[in-house]
Amino acid sequence: MNYQWNWGLLLRAPYAGWLLTGLGWTVALSIAGWLIALPLGTTIGIARTSSSRWVLRLSGFYVSVFRNIPLLLQMFVWFFVVPELLPAKLGLWFKRDLPAPEFWTAVLALGFYTSGRLAELFRAGLQAVPRGQRMAADATGMNRAQALRYVVMPQALRIILPPLTSEFMSIVKNSSLALTIGVLELTAQSRQIENFTFHGFEAFGAATAFYVLVALVLNLVMVCLQRTLALPVAV
Amino acid sequence: MIEFKHVNKYYGANHVLRDVTMTVSRGEVVVVCGPSGSGKSTLIKCVNALEPYQDGHILVDGIDVGNKARSATHLRQRVGMVFQNFELYPHLSVIENICLAQRVVLKRHAEEARERARRLLDRVGLKDKEAAYPMNLSGGQQQRIAIARALALDPEIMLFDEPTSALDPEMINEVLDVMTALAADGMTMMVVTHEMGFARRVASRVVFMDMGEVVEDCSTEAFFSHPQSRSDRARLFLDKILSH
Repeated sequence: MNYQWNWGLLLRAPYAGWLLTGLGWTVALSIAGWLIALPLGTTIGIARTSSSRWVLRLSGFYVSVFRNIPLLLQMFVWFFVVPELLPAKLGLWFKRDLPAPEFWTAVLALGFYTSGRLAELFRAGLQAVPRGQRMAADATGMNRAQALRYVVMPQALRIILPPLTSEFMSIVKNSSLALTIGVLELTAQSRQIENFTFHGFEAFGAATAFYVLVALVLNLVMVCLQRTLALPVAV
Repeated sequence: MIEFKHVNKYYGANHVLRDVTMTVSRGEVVVVCGPSGSGKSTLIKCVNALEPYQDGHILVDGIDVGNKARSATHLRQRVGMVFQNFELYPHLSVIENICLAQRVVLKRHAEEARERARRLLDRVGLKDKEAAYPMNLSGGQQQRIAIARALALDPEIMLFDEPTSALDPEMINEVLDVMTALAADGMTMMVVTHEMGFARRVASRVVFMDMGEVVEDCSTEAFFSHPQSRSDRARLFLDKILSH
């Protein structure tokens, strides 16, 4: 293979700037998506443990829709279909007046898709807390919300913290699909550099390094969180 | 204080409580015994509405447990419960375990709740354990803390569901001692247990259940001292558990 390596190129204008703004969009997408996914996923996950048949069915339907349709397709639906289904004025606002419409559409797609996955995680976590714990809370007169808030959820959260970390990392990686609807995030920017310079190895190498870096930072944060929340071990 | 009137309960086609009728008066200690699967635990869980029943009435201080107009919260504040597996909250320290329901159910102030918790810890002999976590305590200590947690809401009735069945033998007495002291203080208690020594010493009455039915309901003295006048089923049960 006859390839002229040129790593220095990545540090030069405008390419360095492209990579950094790309990284910025990736982080923004992930955090904004997570801020939608976490409260929604928690709520739906709690609904999945409800004793009401209707709540169970509705939340089950929600999970199957958002978890089973490929994320890429969901992005397209949010971007191309949803604005057409909205009332004309709102649709127009969505397509034309909203600043960075492709960014917000991608955030919605990522947030709802991830919320379906988180809902199942929370359901599993809540169900993994022994039944006797809820019974003990009930027996002291706590209502359902109090038992959940003070007894069951704190234990469920500790159980699901490791897979929750994986989900957080997944949303970062999934955010790369936003390039298909025009968000110039990290992967899109590295592709653009490749188009301009024909130095794909360096460009994609840099993107890879940034993804790994984000993952490592995230992992570190979650490990610290796990340590803080860890229960004292039996001595 | 607790009245059972023709209580029936079914799990599907399984008839688990059969026409239970009996009364527990204020200050009485009633031991409920019988072979496993006889419905003892189910019966006492009906008293604080942890288990629903389909037919009949249970009245606690004249108020119908099955009556949904009154919240279970109100009922459960007055009826404390201790479980076979302690069920302390593993993510909370001992004192937080005892304070939680005081804070969120009774809305007591933090200081008041802590002070109450400390007095109860002293009462169950675990004053120095308030900062410990349940995982670091022995079974006997955990169960005593579970008793303190239930007492923190100032209940008028205490239900015990096989409180010593999950304990190593050397820890059974520390729990029974706490229960004995509680009975001496005049607490109304329903105790599901196989500890016949405890029943003999502390109970005012013994109820023997088999297959969901109350077979015997008599004074402790009559139950243990006149086995010949007991039913065959009760005698068979007593022979089995007293033979060793």
